Amino acid sequence: MTTPLVALRGVSVELEGRNIVRDVSLEVHPGEVLALVGPNGAGKSTVLSLMAGDLVPTKGSVVLGDKEASRYRPEDAARLRSMLMQSNTVSFPFTVWEIVEMGRAPWARTPQYAEDAAAIADALEVADVSHLSRRRFTQLSGGEKARVSLARVLAQRTPLVLLDEPTAALDLKHQEDVMHTVKALATGGRGVVVVVHDLSVAAGYADRVAMMVNGELEAVGSATEVIRADRVSRVYGVEVDIEQVGRPPRPIIVPRR
Amino acid sequence: MSPPEPIRRRLSLRGLILSLALTGVLVGAVVVSAVTGQLAVTASDVVGSILGWLGINTSLAPEDPVVVATLQVVRFPRIVMALAVGAALAVAGALMQAVFGNPLAEPGVVGVSAGAALGASTAIVFGISAGGGGVALLAFLGGLLATLLVYAVARAGGRTEVVTLLLTGIAINAFAQAGLAFVLFLADTASREQIVFWQLGSLAGSVWSEVVIVLPVLVLGTIVAVMMAHRLDLLSLGERNARHLGVDVEQLRIIAIVLVALLTGVAVAFAGIIAFVGLVVPHIIRMALGPAHRGLLVASAVGGGALLAIADLLTRTLVAGADLPIGMLTALVGGPFFFALLYQQRRRSGGWA
Repeated sequence: MTTPLVALRGVSVELEGRNIVRDVSLEVHPGEVLALVGPNGAGKSTVLSLMAGDLVPTKGSVVLGDKEASRYRPEDAARLRSMLMQSNTVSFPFTVWEIVEMGRAPWARTPQYAEDAAAIADALEVADVSHLSRRRFTQLSGGEKARVSLARVLAQRTPLVLLDEPTAALDLKHQEDVMHTVKALATGGRGVVVVVHDLSVAAGYADRVAMMVNGELEAVGSATEVIRADRVSRVYGVEVDIEQVGRPPRPIIVPRR
Repeated sequence: MSPPEPIRRRLSLRGLILSLALTGVLVGAVVVSAVTGQLAVTASDVVGSILGWLGINTSLAPEDPVVVATLQVVRFPRIVMALAVGAALAVAGALMQAVFGNPLAEPGVVGVSAGAALGASTAIVFGISAGGGGVALLAFLGGLLATLLVYAVARAGGRTEVVTLLLTGIAINAFAQAGLAFVLFLADTASREQIVFWQLGSLAGSVWSEVVIVLPVLVLGTIVAVMMAHRLDLLSLGERNARHLGVDVEQLRIIAIVLVALLTGVAVAFAGIIAFVGLVVPHIIRMALGPAHRGLLVASAVGGGALLAIADLLTRTLVAGADLPIGMLTALVGGPFFFALLYQQRRRSGGWA
């Protein structure tokens, strides 16, 4: 077993008297895609914030690399983890290229500075936004903005990559492209945590799936272990059938209509 | 790497052209401004005088002692003050917009200038001298207080909605104006005149002893701001994204706010409320150069100086024999500009976002 990139140990978060996250323990290892699923308001984004060191847990500990996540100086943490947030707005009309270049900021004055040009070109290519590089971010469509923001995160080239609903605004092709990219990142040795709503997408790409309900971790394991008809029906309150499709078989979730 | 290189080169070429153009406008404004006035002075007198000042003695240097005195004692300090105050206000505007994530933030609009004016007039009326720098010190404190207030009230998640920002500005302006009215009520006739001057803004009667206070603050403030430029770029992604990219957001905000208060405070202390410079200048520069803060801050400093030098020239020449208040003039031009910006923003975001 490798040392985890980030480890939540018995973490609880209380905000204004409400338990948003309750006693969650979860590790992310290099080379794996961990899909975080669950109904709206289950605490998925909060877990990502904890991993990013944005939020200090009320109880328990979050260890990023070798120390408490919230203890890092910002520039040190930025070389360990990158994060794509759900909504991405930019206050001023920077060009797409400038935005993606911002992803390289943590590496200024380090040897990795030499990778800047390659990292930016690569990220633009992978997120399929090279053709937009001269456009102003503020003039892009929602899906294009999402892909440019993803490119910025990819350009950061960190061992741990946290993605909060990277596929939400995307069409089918780009959704598949992004998930392929996520898979490729893990194959390249990074650890990726991805919040997705489409359980079939989670099942199709994740090495492990973590399902959250009401701030608690309901189940963690392989897609087939976690995404079962009875559990999904109970957690989401929707009757579903689960078909096994493909080789190796992956669960596809079909709501009963 | 195909795209970035041309983009960078094109931008720096644009930056160079703009810098040259702005410098040309600035030098032109300085010369015209120095030539214009009740006493006839020729352009060669001005050039000779400036060169002589730089230690280069030429035959151009004026010999008439009246001309020399007019330039050295009356016109040059006023011109340099116009340049410094314009630059300080424009840099403060650009900084404020970066921190508030909103292109409509401006020291005059949100009440920082009014806060500084309240501080300055309090110092005058109550005779707080604090070793000669009392007016500047209280202007800074008033400006800082107003900035912190807007900052605390108007920001949510690292951004400021246009409506919130403007409403906060209205409240702070109203409060500061009430304070000014009260101080005015307490003041004797002489102080009253000085306070009215603060409310309208004017560069008349600038002297070197004031210029030497404004200049170091401007230079230092601009240098620190330019050093933060790249982090300010990252801040436009939002506070959390900026932190994810390694920016110490708290520290950046505090430094930027103190700089805004310093630059605005020192400008207001010696020139009164001159609104909209910090709004108009960075906006035009952003359209020409793009939003990256390094170029924006430097070009705003030059552009702000040029704009105020021209505006001051106009205040002296529009009405023969009279010195119009410069704050009135900038508001006259800046007001409609602000309207246009608001309209544009509203259309773009489909509401008061």
